[in-house]
Amino acid sequence: MSQALDVLVCVKRVVDSTGEVVLTEDEQSVDGRYAGFTLSNHEECAIELAVQVAGAAGGSASVLTLGEPEAVDQLRSALAVGCTAATHVEADPGAFGPADVAREIALVVRDHESAGRPHDLVLLGNDAADTGDFQVGIRLAHELGRPVVNGAATIAVEDGHVVAGVKGPEGRETYRVPLPAVVTVLEGGVEPRYPTVPGRMKAKKVEIESRPPGTDPVGPNRRRLRLPPPQPSEVQVLGKGADAAPAVVDLFERLGVVAR
Amino acid sequence: MILVLVETDATGAVEVSRETLTFARDLSAAGGGVPIDAVVVGAPACPVAELVAQLATYGVRQVHHATGDAFSAYGGASWASAVQTVREAAGSVVVTAAGTPRGMEVLAHLAARLGVAMAANVVAFDGLAPFTVTRQVVGGAALEDMVLGERPAIFTVAGHAVEASPAPTSGEGRLVTSAPEVAAADLVARVVSAEPAQEDLSGGLKSARVVVGAGRGAGSADGFGDLLELVDLLDGALGVSRVVTSLGWRPHHEQVGQTGSRISPDLYVACGISGAIQHWAGCASAKTIVAINTDPDAPMVAKAHYAVIGDLHEIVPAINEEIRRRRSP
Ligand SMILES: Cc1cc2nc3c(=O)[nH]c(=O)nc-3n(C[C@H](O)[C@H](O)[C@H](O)COP(=O)(O)OP(=O)(O)OC[C@H]3O[C@@H](n4cnc5c(N)ncnc54)[C@H](O)[C@@H]3O)c2cc1C
Ligand SMILES: Nc1ncnc2c1ncn2[C@@H]1O[C@H](COP(=O)(O)O)[C@@H](O)[C@H]1O
Repeated sequence: MSQALDVLVCVKRVVDSTGEVVLTEDEQSVDGRYAGFTLSNHEECAIELAVQVAGAAGGSASVLTLGEPEAVDQLRSALAVGCTAATHVEADPGAFGPADVAREIALVVRDHESAGRPHDLVLLGNDAADTGDFQVGIRLAHELGRPVVNGAATIAVEDGHVVAGVKGPEGRETYRVPLPAVVTVLEGGVEPRYPTVPGRMKAKKVEIESRPPGTDPVGPNRRRLRLPPPQPSEVQVLGKGADAAPAVVDLFERLGVVAR
Repeated sequence: MILVLVETDATGAVEVSRETLTFARDLSAAGGGVPIDAVVVGAPACPVAELVAQLATYGVRQVHHATGDAFSAYGGASWASAVQTVREAAGSVVVTAAGTPRGMEVLAHLAARLGVAMAANVVAFDGLAPFTVTRQVVGGAALEDMVLGERPAIFTVAGHAVEASPAPTSGEGRLVTSAPEVAAADLVARVVSAEPAQEDLSGGLKSARVVVGAGRGAGSADGFGDLLELVDLLDGALGVSRVVTSLGWRPHHEQVGQTGSRISPDLYVACGISGAIQHWAGCASAKTIVAINTDPDAPMVAKAHYAVIGDLHEIVPAINEEIRRRRSP
């Protein structure tokens, strides 16, 4: 590589689903009006890894999203923790299927490369927190004709290669793949950092590249979303706090699980 | 033909692969008895003859075994290439695998190569014309009905969405060995080294009569002392949520759920676990469930038979103390 390493990390604005999940009236997406929006843990770890890897190589980290105008918030949050450039493909993500998203990301990567800004390493999450398609990274690698490592917890770059650690059925598996490459990230290998106040100030000043999608999306093959039927609760509350201990142990004794 | 990618461990086809074969049989029946074939890539972790015999009991007609140096180490693209070769030769209309990291990865490669859709984490199918599947999205908080109109239809089956059960009548179970060619580009991203494969340590958890479960509520890697003491007092095993293994607080073999072990103890005491559907998939068949949670509205509390509301770090030590007190003469 002639130039300094640039790592591109792809993130998706998703509804915070830690609380109650509510669907939109058209049953096509999760309603975020009350719950608010966030990034998935996998993508937060991908941002952290992008910033660390870029830092270690004296390079830079860039962030990209395909999303509605408000997705700028998620780009800014990545800029606040160390990314230095951002691209916003402005579109309704609900109208894009995983193959469409991969094609749009590939377009940006190729355009940047033609403009003299190659992204040697592209990081994505293993799966998006809302649609959970488990495939955009692999489809992107396919579009770009690059090798891809899936589900990495740790990443390092050395001698023009990316070394990725994956927790797999054979234990801690290592991949060593020549750049340029694509890697999808699974949470658990790094602790994402919190933005600092100067970080937030800096993020506000970065000019975000905004562009329309390059192609018409085929769309997801979604018919509709629905909520799983609620299960009737027959729970018997044994009590509150430590005072419930005798009732719990009475139950254990009735079940015959404590030796007397 | 329905082609099922099968993963193996020392005991044969892994449970989630056998679940996928069971799911495929339901699909086959709905489609008027479409044959089911299995594909195994590289050397299985168990003797081939035993694997073939086991797959036959799940109704498998042919077992396609892809062999060769190309598969001496795992790689998503090389495995997908093997599956693609088998599917082209055998002409399958459906290709499916368990929703494991490898199942997801290999089928996503296959779908990208063939330019068709892939549905992840399917739990059911609704109709054949058009072929419509239901899958888990939003971490299981919602379901999506998705149409798979193209051929082959590619999807992964969510762990523990169905129970693995052998077929009423065995399949032919014919072994077909091949050595598919793999392009050099598909061999670039492969495992180059693996730290000594952990043996399957989950046996104790799967067979325990009592399991004490712990989730994010444990607070940190140091938050398991009282829980482990309760495990001791009940002569049970510790089971944890994925949050706990992801954060590195406890090892993966202790994980319960869709991507962990499925347990069916007499008693499951779920402490500081919210009860997400992927966790529930692994513990739903426990005979009695006691939830200990600060949140009275947590799904685990709603689904449990008994609950104690409050901080597990106060409640568990009190339970331990009470058991010890009753034991002492
Ligand atoms: C494809 C896929 C596969 C998955 N597979 C699995 C799987 O196999 N197993 C699995 O477990 N998860 C799995 N998950 C993750 C699952 O969706 C949940 O994120 C996870 O189970 C949540 O873990 P938790 O309950 O420990 O944490 P949280 O959801 O954060 O819940 C913590 C709970 O602890 C309670 N709490 C907090 N502090 C205390 C305290 N001091 N005392 C008592 N209670 C307290 C809280 O009220 C809350 O209910 C999977 C997800 C996906 C998308
Ligand atoms: N609209 C999007 N914009 C940017 N990145 C995305 C988008 N959708 C998905 N991705 C990336 O692809 C990963 C996998 O998504 P999926 O295959 O949809 O589960 C996510 O974790 C993101 O990193």
